[in-house]
Amino acid sequence: MKPYCLIDHTADLGLEVFGKTGEELFANAASAVCELMLDIENPEPTAVREISVEGTDREDLLVNFLREVLFLFNGEKMVPTSFIIEELDDRHLRGKVRVAAYDPARHRVKREVKAVTYHGTEVVETPTGWRARVIFDV
Amino acid sequence: MSEIRLQKLDDYRWLIPPTGGMRVPGLIFSSEKMMEEAGKDESPRQVANVACLPGILRYSFAMPDMHWGYGFPIGGVAAFDLKDGVISPGGVGYDINCGCRLVATKLRFEEIRERLQDLVVALFRNIPSGVGSTGPLKLSTEEEKDVLRYGARWAVKAGFGTEADLETTEDGGRIGGADPERVSKRALERGREQLGTLGSGNHFLEVEVVEEVFDEEAAAAFGLEVGQVAVLIHSGSRGLGYQVCDDYLALLVKGIPSLGFPLPDRQLACAYLDSQEGRDYFAAMACAANYAWANRQMLMHWTREAFEKVLHKSPVELGMRLVYDVCHNIAKFEEFPLEGGDVKVCVHRKGATRSFPPGHPAVPAVYRRHGQPVLIPGDMGVGSYVLAGTEKAFRETFGSTCHGAGRVLSRAQAVKASRGRSIPKEMKERGVIVMAAGKGTLSEEIPEAYKNLDEVVNVVHEAGLSRKVARLRAVGCIKG
Repeated sequence: MKPYCLIDHTADLGLEVFGKTGEELFANAASAVCELMLDIENPEPTAVREISVEGTDREDLLVNFLREVLFLFNGEKMVPTSFIIEELDDRHLRGKVRVAAYDPARHRVKREVKAVTYHGTEVVETPTGWRARVIFDV
Repeated sequence: MSEIRLQKLDDYRWLIPPTGGMRVPGLIFSSEKMMEEAGKDESPRQVANVACLPGILRYSFAMPDMHWGYGFPIGGVAAFDLKDGVISPGGVGYDINCGCRLVATKLRFEEIRERLQDLVVALFRNIPSGVGSTGPLKLSTEEEKDVLRYGARWAVKAGFGTEADLETTEDGGRIGGADPERVSKRALERGREQLGTLGSGNHFLEVEVVEEVFDEEAAAAFGLEVGQVAVLIHSGSRGLGYQVCDDYLALLVKGIPSLGFPLPDRQLACAYLDSQEGRDYFAAMACAANYAWANRQMLMHWTREAFEKVLHKSPVELGMRLVYDVCHNIAKFEEFPLEGGDVKVCVHRKGATRSFPPGHPAVPAVYRRHGQPVLIPGDMGVGSYVLAGTEKAFRETFGSTCHGAGRVLSRAQAVKASRGRSIPKEMKERGVIVMAAGKGTLSEEIPEAYKNLDEVVNVVHEAGLSRKVARLRAVGCIKG
């Protein structure tokens, strides 16, 4: 089963993401966004990018992290293929992203994700794991 | 579910009395039928949230195409006092100066009927569209900064169109106060390649035919008559605008604790108009607005070229003339009659269109007797309306009216509803040739995903926020 599901939001696209740990939650959220944007059949990453993000709390951290993930594709034309979160607390995240250079012949773009919004963003630790909600402008 | 209390004032207006942190009431323009739906989502709550912002004047408004956005509702209008008020990137939206332009031709539909397929194919080939599409121009950073400073003026100077186009563009296709130094490197990078592209999602270029005229005199002044071919272009500031909005949201969210009042939603992050951050955001937003005008100006130029090529007609024979260009995601400084005289305020229109009255100096001289042309696009393949601005809108809603049909189905619901259907085939049966760069776009943008355009327009007409002039039906459509 996928570690995320879509939330119905009239104008835009919402995601509900799950993870056993905070690290897994953040990595799953990033993978989910990439899946919304791109069809990646044979991920053949060619490089590893370091990623380091700060936030005022968990929600802000998640938004800022997803901003960086979106910019990898929207700004740098890199297709992220996997995420490893190495360090995480409420205000900092450090990790690695495997990326491939965007190639229209191999990567199909499913939809444009313009931005990640703060509206209704939620990151919670529950007795069974972690859960987050986030809404994107598409 | 929203627990906001709505008080019906008359057939077209609902009031949200101020409670909690609301500084002014909310005022929603709608109809009984549309309110049944709208009452169910979070948009009335969002109207109330906007009313909590400092310096807001008179009301937090919502137009009949209102739907659930993030921060501000889509269809929201709010004006702020320059001294105590705020400016909010979320009150403009990511697609800064998303808007429409209508290009009239001298052609009758009979003259293009047989060539329509070729025309749509040529438009699709001539106009870069789809996610991440890039334009044919290779701009240096300095040239890009000129685009941001001069907007559609830059495009005309670069050979895309004529001076006359600028006269019938809102604000002449350029707003003052744009400072490219307030735009991030990331935004410039994203903008450089995308100038001259349509984009994806709800953006489109449509070949239309004037189907009905409601106001003969105004239609004649706007140069529109039944049976005439026109083109409607709906696009915005592409990745540059999204990045400007995102950059300033990130900056302003950090400043929330120092604003001195509780913010109901982080997406409403804002800066006082009279602050460095507020001035910086406006200067960057103005750059994105100008970029969008240059973009639409270029898209129109290539549209003209496609028509010339396919129909083998000269520019004079085609007579492709810009009727008007409006923006519907913007914050602007404009003057309105308030208690105690004319006052300059900062109006946010997020999914709302300016609707200036007859006689207003901002309305092009040729249209001044009738009011500013207001362009209202419908959903895919439905066509559009041309309205005219009114005195009532000027006095009551800070010169604002609706901007489109407004979604009722989420994208996921729309995709589900279109499963197993061939949307291009359905559109063809309705007499519309559709070509799209992305397959997913068509399913997300099916007609039933939107409110009925006639109903939305009827509300603004009856409520006096703008006057119906003409209705156009779509015959060809290209989508990103």
